[in-house]
This record gives sequence, C-alpha cells and structure tokens, in this order.
Amino acid sequence: MYMGGSSEQLSELPGIQKQLEVDMSRLSIITQNSAQRTVEELYKDLERRIVASPPGLCPVDMAASFLKMCHAQSCGKCVPCRVGLGQLEKLFDDVLDGDATLETIAVIERTARSIFYSADCAIGYEAAKMVLKGIRGFREDFEEHILRGRCSCNLNQPVPCVSQCPAGVDIPGYIALVREGRYADAVRLIRKDNPMPAVCGLICEHPCEVRCRRTMLDDPINIRGLKRFAVEQAGEVPVPKTAPATGKKVAVIGGGPGGISAAYYLALMGHKVTIYEKEKQLGGMLRYGIPSYRLSREVLDGEISRILSVGIDVVTGADVGEEPYLIQDIRPRYDAVYIAIGAHTDRKIGMEGEDAEGVMSAVEMLRSIGDGEMPDFKDRDIIVIGGGNVAMDVARSAVRLGAKRVRIAYRRRKVDMTALPEEVEGAIAEGCEVLDLHAPLSIEKDGQGKVSALWVQPQIIGKMKNGRPTPGDADVAKLRLPCDRILVAIGQGIDSRHFGESGIPITRGAAIDAFDWSGVKDAAGVFAGGDCVTGPATVIRAIAAGKVAAANIDEFLGYNHTITSGVEIPRVRLHDRPTCGRVNMKEREASVRVKDMELIECGMTSEEASQEARRCLRCDHFGFGVFKGGRVEKW
Amino acid sequence: MVNTERVKLTIDGIQIEADRRSTILQAAALAGIRIPTLCYLKGINEIGACRVCVVEVEGYAKLVTACNNRVKEGMMVHTNSPKARKTRRTNVQLILSQHNSNCAYCVRSGNCSLQSVANDLNIMDVPFVKELPKNCWNMEFPLIRDYTKCIKCMRCVQICDKIQSVNIWDVVNTGSRTTVDVSGNRKIEESDCAVCGQCITHCPVGALRERDDTEHVLDAIADKDKITVVQIAPAVRAAWGESIGLAPEFATVKRLASALRKMGFDYIFDTNFSVDLTIMEEGSEFLEKLKNRENETFPMFTSCCPGWVRFMKSQYPDMVDQLSTAKSPQQMFGAVAKTYYAKLLDVDPERIFCLSVMPCVAKKQECALPTMRDAGAGQDVDASLTTREIDRMIRMFHILPETLREEELDMPLGVGSGAGVIFGATGGVMEAALRSAYYLVTSKNPEPDAFRAVRGMDGWKEAEFNLAGTILKVAVASGLGNTRKLMKALRKGRVSYDFVEIMACPGGCAGGGGQPIHDGRELAGDRGQILYGLDKVSHIRFSHENPSVIKCYEDFLEKPLSHKAHELLHTDHHGWKMPGET
Repeated sequence: MYMGGSSEQLSELPGIQKQLEVDMSRLSIITQNSAQRTVEELYKDLERRIVASPPGLCPVDMAASFLKMCHAQSCGKCVPCRVGLGQLEKLFDDVLDGDATLETIAVIERTARSIFYSADCAIGYEAAKMVLKGIRGFREDFEEHILRGRCSCNLNQPVPCVSQCPAGVDIPGYIALVREGRYADAVRLIRKDNPMPAVCGLICEHPCEVRCRRTMLDDPINIRGLKRFAVEQAGEVPVPKTAPATGKKVAVIGGGPGGISAAYYLALMGHKVTIYEKEKQLGGMLRYGIPSYRLSREVLDGEISRILSVGIDVVTGADVGEEPYLIQDIRPRYDAVYIAIGAHTDRKIGMEGEDAEGVMSAVEMLRSIGDGEMPDFKDRDIIVIGGGNVAMDVARSAVRLGAKRVRIAYRRRKVDMTALPEEVEGAIAEGCEVLDLHAPLSIEKDGQGKVSALWVQPQIIGKMKNGRPTPGDADVAKLRLPCDRILVAIGQGIDSRHFGESGIPITRGAAIDAFDWSGVKDAAGVFAGGDCVTGPATVIRAIAAGKVAAANIDEFLGYNHTITSGVEIPRVRLHDRPTCGRVNMKEREASVRVKDMELIECGMTSEEASQEARRCLRCDHFGFGVFKGGRVEKW
Repeated sequence: MVNTERVKLTIDGIQIEADRRSTILQAAALAGIRIPTLCYLKGINEIGACRVCVVEVEGYAKLVTACNNRVKEGMMVHTNSPKARKTRRTNVQLILSQHNSNCAYCVRSGNCSLQSVANDLNIMDVPFVKELPKNCWNMEFPLIRDYTKCIKCMRCVQICDKIQSVNIWDVVNTGSRTTVDVSGNRKIEESDCAVCGQCITHCPVGALRERDDTEHVLDAIADKDKITVVQIAPAVRAAWGESIGLAPEFATVKRLASALRKMGFDYIFDTNFSVDLTIMEEGSEFLEKLKNRENETFPMFTSCCPGWVRFMKSQYPDMVDQLSTAKSPQQMFGAVAKTYYAKLLDVDPERIFCLSVMPCVAKKQECALPTMRDAGAGQDVDASLTTREIDRMIRMFHILPETLREEELDMPLGVGSGAGVIFGATGGVMEAALRSAYYLVTSKNPEPDAFRAVRGMDGWKEAEFNLAGTILKVAVASGLGNTRKLMKALRKGRVSYDFVEIMACPGGCAGGGGQPIHDGRELAGDRGQILYGLDKVSHIRFSHENPSVIKCYEDFLEKPLSHKAHELLHTDHHGWKMPGET
C-alpha cells in the first residue's frame, strides 16, 4: 500500500490510526462489532417472525418483500444479481401498485430465468428461483393484481391459534379464563367446540401453537399445557343440559373421538344417539392406539363417561358389516347415520419373511394393550420399523414391557422422522436406539419360522423432493441385525369394505367419499368424517369432523340448534408484554418412568400456568381479531 | 354480573368514578375530557385502528387506545402527556400521508373528522411521502368510493356488515396497500349493494359520497325550453337546515321552496302529494288481496323504498311477487307530472324536467330504471338529488338561508296530508296506509293516531289491529339487518303477518343515506319526531282526504287500481334485473 505524506498527521484521525494498526498485522482475530451483533439478533427475530406469519397473506406482497431482502444480501459483484434483483423488485411493485400489464409477468419470468442461469452464486440464483417458484405457484394472484388492482387472498383468519385449530376452539378465551382462575369456565368454553378437553390436554398435537403470534416476541404459548392445567384444576364440570327431545334418532358408527364428539353435540341438540362400536370399549385410537403413559386410562374413561352422561346409548362389540349390524339394517332405523370408523387396519410392509412368528404390527400390539392384554417382551431384542409417532409409541411401550433392547430402524435421517421431536427424544432417553438411514430389506427366519434378524440396506441421504430429502442405497453392503421381535409401524389403513358393499362410495385409497360438510354423495342422511374419510390424521381433526357432522346432521333433520358456552370472556388486562420464555412441560425421569405405564408428562404448577397464561397476546382483542372474525360465540 | 360496580380513576388529574364496564373514552367524557377519535363509532366500530385516541396510562410503557379499553380501579390516565400527544400527532400525519387532502374541493370539507383532528393538533406539515392508491371506480354508479381519501377506518365495512347485513365492503390487499373495496373481488355494479348510503353517512371523511348530479340539474334550469318541476320528499324537510346552520323550526319546507325558487326552479311541489297517491293505490291493492285471502300469499310488502326493493330482489328473489306493485312516491310523482300535470299546463311532456329532492341515494338508481319511463317522455323523474346536494346548491347560489321567507308550494301537486309527512319515518307508511284502509273498509275515519303502535325507533315492530272485524297482523322493520332477521323468521315460519313495511335505512328515510352527515350522531329519531309533529298539526290527516289527490282521480286517474293507475302508478318488479338475478 502506498503511504505518501506524513503518516503522523493522518494517524491523528482515529479511523486512520485503526486502519494503520490493521495493516501492520499479518492476521487478526475477527470479533463482531455491535452492528453485526444486532443484525444477527435481527436474523433471529425475523426467523421467529416468519414462523409466526399470519395465514392468508398476499403471496405477491410476501414474495416482493423476500426479494427485497435477497437483494440486500447481494454483494454487488455480478450483474444479474446486483441489477436484476433490483429490477425484479420494481416489477413486483408495478404489479402490486396496479401499474403492470400481463406482459409484466412475462418480463418478470424472463428476467428471473436469466438471473437463475447466469448468477455467479446462490445469493443470486436462489433468489431468482424463489421468484420463478412464485410465478408458477400463484400466477392467478399476479393476474388479479394486474387486472383488478387487488389480491385474491383473504385475510380472514385473524386469531392464529383459533384458525389453526381444526375445531376452532376459543383459545384466547380459555387462556384468559385460566389467568383469572376460572377453570370450570375454561372447560365449558373448550367444550363448546371440543368435548374432550381432558384428552386433548394430554395428547393434542397442538397445531394451535404453530403460528402463535407470541413467537414474534419469544416462544409460542404452551397452549396444550394450559388446557391440561385448566382441566386438572376445574375438577368435575357438569355437562350442559340437552335441548328438548326432538324425537329424531341418529346412529353413530365408530366410538372413537370423532364419533363420540358427534354423538355429544347431537345429544345436546336433543336427538337420540346410539353409538355402535366394534371393539369391547369406546375410545377408538385413544384407547387402542395411544399408550397409557401418554393418555392415562382414568382420564380417558372419565372423559367418555362424562360425555355419555348427556344421554347416549352405546352398543359395543358391534362390527357394522357383520350380521346383525349391516349398514342396510341400521340406516332405516335411524333418521341419520354418521360413519366414523377411523383407520384401524395395519398396513403390510410387503417384505420377505413378514409372516415370521414374532413379527407384529403396531396396530395389533396397541389394540391388545388397549384391552389390557400385555404382550410379553421380557428380555426380548426388538426392532421397530418406522419413524412416526406410532413407531415411537410401540418402541416406548416395548421398553416398558421388559424388552432388553429396542432399536428403531428408519430409512431417512433422524431429523426427517415424522414423529414429534419430543417423542423421538423421549424414546432415546428411555433407552431406544435410533438406527436412521437403515432401510429394511427382509426378515430372516430361523428353523421354527421365528424371527431371527432384520436385514437392512444402509442409506445415503439424497436430493430434496417436496421439501424432504429422499434416501438412496449407500454404496456399502447390507447389514444383518439380529433380533427376536419386529414391530411394524408404517401406517394404518381404512377397513371400508362392508360400507362399499352397501353402496357407500369409496375412494381408491379405501376412504369413504364424503363432502367437506360430511355428507356422503348420493346417500341422503348418511354422513362420514374423520380418519375414515381423510386417512389417518389427528385426534383434534377427528373431533372437528364430529362437530361439523353434528351441525350438518342437525340441519338435515330440519333443526337449527346452536351450541354456546354461556361463558363471559374476561376483558383484556393492560399489559406491556415484556419478553418471557415459554414454560415447557416437565417429564418424569426416564429411569423411573420406564418401569410403569403411568403418565410421563407432569402438569404445570400454578405458578407456571399463571405466568404462561399472562404471556398470551390476546389476538382476539389486539389486532385484526377485534375487527372481524375474532370470536365465534355459537355454532 | 354486577352492572353497577363503580371504579375510581384519575384522568388528567381529575378524579372520576365510572362504571367498571366503561371505556377510558367514556369515562373521560364524563369528566368533560374529549379524547380525539377517528375510526371510533360507538357500538359499531371499536377496533382501535386509527390509534388517534391513544392515551398514557401510568405503569405501562405502551400507549393504550381509549376507545376499546376499559377503566380500572386506581388507573392514572394522561390523555395529553407529551408521549400521547406526539404519538397521536404522528399517527394523524401517517394517515394524512395516505389521504388525498384536496380539501378545497372535497365534498366533506368543513365536515370532515380527519380535517378537524389534524387542525386541532395544529398539524401544518406532513414529513412523509404521499402514497395514494390508483384503484378505479365506476363514476356512473350512484355511490362513489374515492380510494385516495379512504383512511381505512373500517366503519363502512362494519355498518354494512353489522347494521345492514349486506356485506358489500371488505378489506383488500395487505401491508401499506391495504384498502377497503367491494367484497368478494366484485365490482360495485356487479354487487348486490342496496345503495342505501349508510356507509356514506358513517364515513368520517370524503371517501364515500353520492354521485353528484347537480350539474345536470343546473343545465336544466339554464335551459329555456325546460320547465323544471321539483318534488320534495317528506324526510328532507326534517333535515335540510342542519348543515347550513338553520334550526329545525326555521328550516320548514316552505323556506326550502323559497330557496328552490331563488335557484330558478319553475314549480315547487311536494312528494307528499304522491305519497297520498301511493297510499290510495297500495292500500287498495292490499284490501283487494285481503278479499282474496285464500289465493294470495301474505304478507304483502311495501315497495316505496328502492334500497329494500334491491335487497328483496337480490336476497329473496322468490318473494318478489309479494312486494306491492305500487311505485314509490318519487316515481308516481314523475309519472303524474309528465302526464296529468303536463296536460294541466298544456305543454309537451318532453319539456318537463322532473327533479326529486330525496334523503336517499338509492333514489338515483331507481329513477334511472328502464321500468320508470311510463309517461313516454324519457325518465319519469329526470334527476334525484340528495338533501346534501340541495344544501350544496343553496350554498352554490350564495343564498343566505337565514333570510329565507316561507313561500307556499305550487298547486295542485304541492298539497300533502299529515299521513304523507310521516312516510319519512319508520312505521309511517304502515300508519298512513292503515288510516286510509280503515276508511276504505268502513267509510269512516279512524282516530288519526289510532295506529301509533307502529311508531318508534325499534328495528322490528309488530302490531295487531282490528280492521272492521278483520284482525290484521302487521310488522315494520327498518335497517336491512333487522329486515334480514324478520325475513328469516318469516321464511322459517316463526312469524306470520298480513302487511309488512320495510325501510332500508335505520329509522326510515329520516335516517336516510342522503341526509346531512353528523359524525358520531344518529339523528333519525329526532328527525322522525319532527315529522310526527308536522302530522299532528296538519289540517289533513288522511291521504284519502287530500283534495288534489281526489281531483286527480276525478279528472285523470278515475279510481285506485284503474287501468290508467296501473299504467302509470304500478310497476313490474321483474322488469329489471339485479346483478346476478336470473
């Protein structure tokens, strides 16, 4: 570097002095200045903000904003990225401002393609890819802006948690009630949309938490934990009175969460409901699919008996399809029928040796546990095949049933498992070993036809497909994993044969073909919903389907009953909303809990629940919710 | 819950005791403190969107909107702390940056809440870039939205959803491009808008207005060949003085007649004349139906409100035949003016320019309907101006309203009964009709106030009367939200009536969408009282006693429901289509 003039004079300026010092050194330790530190923090803020993005935003506006950020990331060296991204931004603004023509879309597409082909680094070509994805994914929105000067999107889901809950439970309402210590009212309010608050307090997948606006500050509210707390504190809350008897009769086929929910609301509306259940007891997957260490039988039985107390008849051991319970016989005896048979059959893996003794499906195993028949796994060496929540359930149950070793073989990576991360961690903490990137090949039998090993092909993770990476065979030899039990947990199917034979329309996936309002095509008075229509989903989806069916069956029967809670929601308290971390649920120690089938999870303390309830931002009052769609008081 | 629980709090150093359910805004008002508001509309829009009513509450870093947050025991509120004032000011400046502040030529200049709030805050500049949307509106439609003036307060959305249940407006777009537009991505002319104009009268700024037809009218005055004939609707006389500073007792219809003559209109008549005619036709039609009870479908609905007719045609097309076939008074007047009156004047009806002054925006749409050209000389009513437009014309003609003298209306179409006057208030059509129906059945006049049970501001009223041995069940609804409730109950079979009066605007024409605007005040009740007062002192209390009506039948129309009456005074509601109507 040329150093002309008097360095003394220049170095009197502090900045120059620093530069000189840097120039003197060969290497220096890089430390973040405060601006960089702040930007790092802002990245985190933005990440959380994107997670909590409200549903129903304008895709063009969002894409334009992302593009602006991408452009800010450009180093400016190369033309396509430096200039092109900026020009795309202007073209997007033209679209949004109503200054564009349909030709503008073509210009955007052309430009983005050029940037994609010619940008030097990912900052440029990946930004262009996002634009191209947008043009493909929501071209109509571009056109709507250009032709009509507005967006076809609809911001009609103002309260994030409520809009994400399939049953539309009034979450801000019951959290406010928990905060005020009105636990029984909280339970009443939940029951308006979901008759199973105790069950859901323990095992709901809580989609409500996914877009919780509180995430913009720190973490989402622990909504499920608060629900559990409310139920535990409320004690026995009597069920509401039923409406005057209508004289109408409804049959519900299937006593799982969906069927029970539909029956509950229909009974409240004054209709006479009979549930036909194939198994010995009601509960469906809640009993025959979910182990008691996640959902205790006392809670489940309590919930079911409370619901039945509104006046519902139950016939158990009634397999509709077997005489004398054919749907043709049931239909004429009732004014309406709701089919909610769920998805209870096991899916075959289609692998050599699957018929070996000691191979058991998860469905089979959990079903017998549900009726109290515990398989003997004492000192067994077990391999579970699958990576979903059910795989974790059977693995962890196996640990509790005395297995000496439990391994979980999965063909993708651990992070790709569809099971909730806490379930995977829980299984590992309880001693299960995860063998990820192990694709099962075949089952080896010994001389007596018993399982002796699982052969697997190690995998290498590969390219992305629909946002998930696909595994492929790794260039290594297949492995033999000796074991004496194999539990297959690769999903469930729907047993709808008998319904198909009775003329109920069935889709190719064996699902019952029903409308989104749960009516079955060409079968007046026959309704269907839940897993048997959608394929295996969640408890709250089944409950929501039951609620929808109840409303439409009521309508079909010629009534317009409304379901309300009668609970007055506490007004908001003024609050500055200081940041505060989320109270997570605590679990019993792994070494202790594996010895029994009791609940793993501990409830919140009063102190924790009160703090957690205070974190709620009350989106029903603050934000769009106070204007439109914030609260549905009755349905 | 205890409703009377009181809390003590301090606002701007003043100790106040207030109901614990009251908002900070309400509590402050008790102490004589008026916190500025903009989007707030009591009971209808309490959404804290404009953030102008923000106040500082001790103990909280963030400011609090006074309009939708409740008081609390011991609360210390500062409505005017530097933080509150500066923030309020910034928020108003931000609103102004998205508002087309062409106040000099804005219809709401001088009656604009944004203008007053900005003036009061002494705002002299806006440090932000002006950002105005470029959306286009169909300027031919009787109701006009100016996107560049909309401040997104959402009042129109709420009025249309909550009060009128027509759901015409919705929020569209996101971010700073968010604005209010016709819902469901429709165009206004493709929508089922009733054109009631309630969104206009509840807009705090000039973003919504009626199509201004004054130039068209001025051209007619200036045209030497044209004979200009004006009809003044009942409800106009209860409101026209409001926005030009006249007291209700002073702002009589006779002074309005004087103002209109000063502008150069040739003949000033009263819609009350044709209201009486309407009663004769509609009343007779109803009595005919009653005679044929088994074969007719009841109830019969009134048809004088064009907003209601639009609502009926779009929401309940299968019930359109239950509307009375009688035209509205505006249209009966037009048809008579261009036939009977043209004959009296002995002029070519083409020379008559018929103007109506109405408390209504929907009347602009009604007079342009293809079915309203029965006199054979173009539109029967050539133009319809709102009360607001006529007030603007008074100012345009630099008439000093306080100097106006009372002048008689012209004859013979300037005579109306007291029954006609109350047409402008909810229940008035029913009452007027029953007064004459009673006479037509019994040949005796009832006590004039015998049917007063249908008066009052309730949105849905019911009454039963004994009409010479026949029990009549009637209902009256005003406001389309109330109307929808009534219609639902009717269709579900929960209620049944013989005769139903509907007016689209809450309180009837007195609260019409074309009436003067007073932000935050609902004047339909007060104006209705003025009309009932006029009826009380009127020397003709019955439509069938209107001498001009009697003469008109004798000399021209023969009798109610005559062939001629059918030709001129009745209409086919299927003769035109609402958007989407098949």
